[in-house]
Amino acid sequence: MKQLQVSAIKDGTVIDHIDSKSTFKVASILNIHEEGKLVLVGMNLSSRRLGKKGIIKIEDKVLTQEEVNKIALIAPNATLNIIKDFEAVEKRPVSLPEELIGVVKCFNPNCISNHERIPTRLKVVKKTPVRLRCHYCERVMEGEDIELL
Amino acid sequence: MVNLKNKDIISIRDFTIEEILYILNMAADMEGHSYPELLKGKVLATLFFEPSTRTRMSFESAMKLLGGEVISFAEPGATSLVKGESLKDAIKIIEGYSDIIVLRHFLEGAPRLAADTISIPVINAGDGTNQHPTQTFLDLYTILRAKGSLEGLSVGFLGDLKYGRTVHSLAYALAHFPCQMFFVSHPSLRMPVDQLEELKERGVKYSEHDSFEEISHRLDVLYCTRIQQERFADPVEYEKVKGTYRLSKGLIEGLKVKPDFKILHPLPRVDEMDESLDETPYAVYFQQAKSGIPVRKALLAAVLGAKEL
Repeated sequence: MKQLQVSAIKDGTVIDHIDSKSTFKVASILNIHEEGKLVLVGMNLSSRRLGKKGIIKIEDKVLTQEEVNKIALIAPNATLNIIKDFEAVEKRPVSLPEELIGVVKCFNPNCISNHERIPTRLKVVKKTPVRLRCHYCERVMEGEDIELL
Repeated sequence: MVNLKNKDIISIRDFTIEEILYILNMAADMEGHSYPELLKGKVLATLFFEPSTRTRMSFESAMKLLGGEVISFAEPGATSLVKGESLKDAIKIIEGYSDIIVLRHFLEGAPRLAADTISIPVINAGDGTNQHPTQTFLDLYTILRAKGSLEGLSVGFLGDLKYGRTVHSLAYALAHFPCQMFFVSHPSLRMPVDQLEELKERGVKYSEHDSFEEISHRLDVLYCTRIQQERFADPVEYEKVKGTYRLSKGLIEGLKVKPDFKILHPLPRVDEMDESLDETPYAVYFQQAKSGIPVRKALLAAVLGAKEL
């Protein structure tokens, strides 16, 4: 049996195939440090697909759709594994929805979404590399322009 | 079958080629006929949070010529928005007073938010550097009238291509037909990269140039724009680029332009287009300004469901 570099969890979620350098970014958006749950983090693990990958295992955690959308933005190659009694009962890649609501800040300071109390709405124009168009001001953002809320 | 009843006019991106042609045909009908009672009993609210004389007067005139009424506020400073009321709340209140709203706002996306918030139609009369769709419809209408068709034209764009919302919207619309595009500007005022990428993805042939003279002989239409001082945060940058291009009768006649070459300009102009051009057969910019009336009549009638073709 293959030796696990990061120990198994009984129930919860495993976020695998994170681009290694994005591992802590993913961890930070999930607020796992505040929830008091068992969290195992591995970085720079060897991966056939990515070269080096990161992995986060969180006991008793079910991700919200908003969290999944954020992960898809930061780590588009990530896969989610739902673990029940040490078995992966569901495995799926993260994927961006057609529209991100309340997830990303519009980078245009002159956009109405930065002046009214409304959730931001960004249409996903392209998935790789990620390119988003603001529903309101129609400006396109990519790369470093994309800032999570 | 095109039906524009209750459709918001927010961005040229929201329109199919069929809808664009439908509006242009309706504008032609409006130019040929008068319908003094078509919008009788209907009320238009014009909400201009940014100064405008022509666009507002043109909408008001169009509404009145169709028998409708117009309400508006004297100046944005007189509204409850200065007391901190949200645009969303303000627009919900005004919805109760009118059948249709025309909105100009300095914040980009404000008309989209208004349209999402209320159920009566909203027409965007300009939102910051983003969109000014009714200007685009009247630009298209002017080109159609001058050239007889929008298909396969060679169209030049000159001036402020970076901040010029009318340029971005017209290029997007003409890509439907499709037209070949020539973008002529100072290097610091080039078309934004995302706009060019989008044109490329839509299969448009385009090129960028520093000099108008090198491509003038290839053009059917030139869309000339003012370099907008108000869009420059740094006055030094504005000084560097203003006056880069100056079109005049002498210049055009010295170039081998096509005999039926036409020049459009959304106006106002500063010094990029000399008055000597006004009486030449190339100039269609005053007809363009006049087209605002039939085009806006068509839009008002179509979205209020008062007329179908």
